[in-house]
Amino acid sequence: MAEPTSSLTAHVRPLPGGAPVARAAFLDGAPVLAFVDGIVAIGDADAQNRVAVHPEGAILAAALDGKRLVTGGDDGVVAAGVVERIADEKGRWIDALAVRGGAVAWAAGRKVAARDEAGAVKTFSAPTTVRGLAFLPKGYRLALAHYNGVALWFPNVAAEPSTLEWKGSHLDATVSPDGRFLVTSMQENALHGWRLVDSRNMRMTGYPGKTRSLAWSHDGHWLATSGADACIVWPFKDKDGPMGKPPRECGVRSSRVTQVAFHPRALVVAIGYADGLILLCRLGDAAEILVRAPGEGPVSALCWDATGARLVFGLESGGAGILSLPA
Amino acid sequence: MTDASPEKIPVTVLTGYLGAGKTTLLNRILSEPHGKKYAVIVNEFGEIGIDNELVVGADEEVFEMNNGCICCTVRGDLIRIIEGLMKRKGRFDAIIVETTGLADPAPVAQTFFVDEDVRAAARLDAVVTVADAKWLAARLRDAPEAKNQIAFADVIILNKTDLVSPAELREVEARIRAINPYARLIPAQKCAVSIADVLDRRAFDLDRILDIEPEFLTVDEHDHDHAHGHDHGHHHDHGLKHYHDEDMQSISARLEGDLDPDKFMPWINRLTQERGPDILRCKGIVAFKNDPKRFVFQGVHMMLDGEPQREWKSGEKRESKVVFIGRDLDEDDIRKGFLACAA
Repeated sequence: MAEPTSSLTAHVRPLPGGAPVARAAFLDGAPVLAFVDGIVAIGDADAQNRVAVHPEGAILAAALDGKRLVTGGDDGVVAAGVVERIADEKGRWIDALAVRGGAVAWAAGRKVAARDEAGAVKTFSAPTTVRGLAFLPKGYRLALAHYNGVALWFPNVAAEPSTLEWKGSHLDATVSPDGRFLVTSMQENALHGWRLVDSRNMRMTGYPGKTRSLAWSHDGHWLATSGADACIVWPFKDKDGPMGKPPRECGVRSSRVTQVAFHPRALVVAIGYADGLILLCRLGDAAEILVRAPGEGPVSALCWDATGARLVFGLESGGAGILSLPA
Repeated sequence: MTDASPEKIPVTVLTGYLGAGKTTLLNRILSEPHGKKYAVIVNEFGEIGIDNELVVGADEEVFEMNNGCICCTVRGDLIRIIEGLMKRKGRFDAIIVETTGLADPAPVAQTFFVDEDVRAAARLDAVVTVADAKWLAARLRDAPEAKNQIAFADVIILNKTDLVSPAELREVEARIRAINPYARLIPAQKCAVSIADVLDRRAFDLDRILDIEPEFLTVDEHDHDHAHGHDHGHHHDHGLKHYHDEDMQSISARLEGDLDPDKFMPWINRLTQERGPDILRCKGIVAFKNDPKRFVFQGVHMMLDGEPQREWKSGEKRESKVVFIGRDLDEDDIRKGFLACAA
């Protein structure tokens, strides 16, 4: 497929960069970049405020719910934004994070902790190291991805979590916005899914690399994924999810997709590649618009603002920028 | 692993049975004035006497890959930790992984074959095994883990030599050689070895598999007399101090002239698939018919990694050599199969 002909590159402005970008976000309308060296930068190019959230540390995990950006470091600290220190695991690496509303969950090795809006912390010891965490949309419940399956944990219930078993190493976890499906990325270049109502298994395979970026469409009908030389988008609208259906392929190029981010209001997905290119792809007709030409290494972070008017991006090389869609 | 690009972080794996002296060696490495910074992955915090901000606790979480390969186990925690350490890239020069005394080195090594991200960031440098001169012989009898660690090693530090007599030392060295004649064997007391003997060995670089002749003991004249490199298998009855380990062997085979790649590749693939669980390590340098370049390969259990390397030099004898270290290997079958690959 040819490179996209239409371009938005003139509407992109650079942001002051730094270390490799771990996560990009918008908080109170301001672009935010979390760099792997523990620095968080808030604000536009002309008024950027930089804070060492994990001084001398490295950011290993970050989670965002639109209101708060939570980071976890190899210093053992879980921090929300730049002001609130949520937990200190005494130097144990924070491997995974999830945030929803006022609740935050983090994993350090096998230990998982969940803190509710009131600040009450509950902990659980998983059978193996937890690599991925996700809040379920309904109730105070978490999915914990670990080796050979996922545990579904109610922090406020004393009972043992129920377990969804599937052999292998599960990395990231995500739950569909309607709460019907749970999907994990796996060590074996595949996704695994469960329909939660009956624990039915779904395998989504064919990736040449690991999937480490997953994004649901605003209507919850589609799951965009990285890990191939195209953005692979799985259909989750029907009751069987993607079972028996081929995925859509958006933005087919000869470079690995590293980051995906669905537009918050339209069926348009922002796709970042290993060569630094970023494009927008419309799911309906696969129309493509260029956001950023290749260069400076892999795209490592993408995030839309709440209305979908701006897209902030970060690169593994430390570069960053912001796209403002023309009105 | 194949391309040893300089920016890849070298990873040294320290193994050794309980009490052999792994932590002593680790502390020695860290306290030397080498000017380098090491990230250290350990199983037990607190044993390291050196202040090091980059000490990471691990849990040795071994899991099977879902790739239909029964012996393809990897260290999941290592994948996670190396991914995390890469976020501090530039703040350390090398990684040292200390395994528990009962660990099998294979899942650690296989992690470097299997995981694309680990492969892109780091290269396995060598498996270094610390062995206790006084107790190794007994452990080789009763602890399969100890035997695996010896068989797997690129470097063996035979520690605590001050606790045994010269005769006992020769005996334990001969027992090690019976299992693994290819590792570099270094007698030591209190793990007092040169850092250069342990780190940056490049034992897994295909470019460095230049010579797969056995390493010989400088202290054991016997081994010089019946070199394993020349058709090992016909010498078991010679010499007083030559042991044959009952279940772990090394087999080497050599063929002058060229091999037919259409015969050799299916043979080596089938052999490692069928016998993979028993083959701990293999390596070889091969002359393919009509190919000016040497083909080199190495493997861990079922995993093989190979590539054409430099050209054969003029005047250099074109020949093919393969080496297998494993359990209950059928020497005749392997030898015949290899020789049948002649072009």
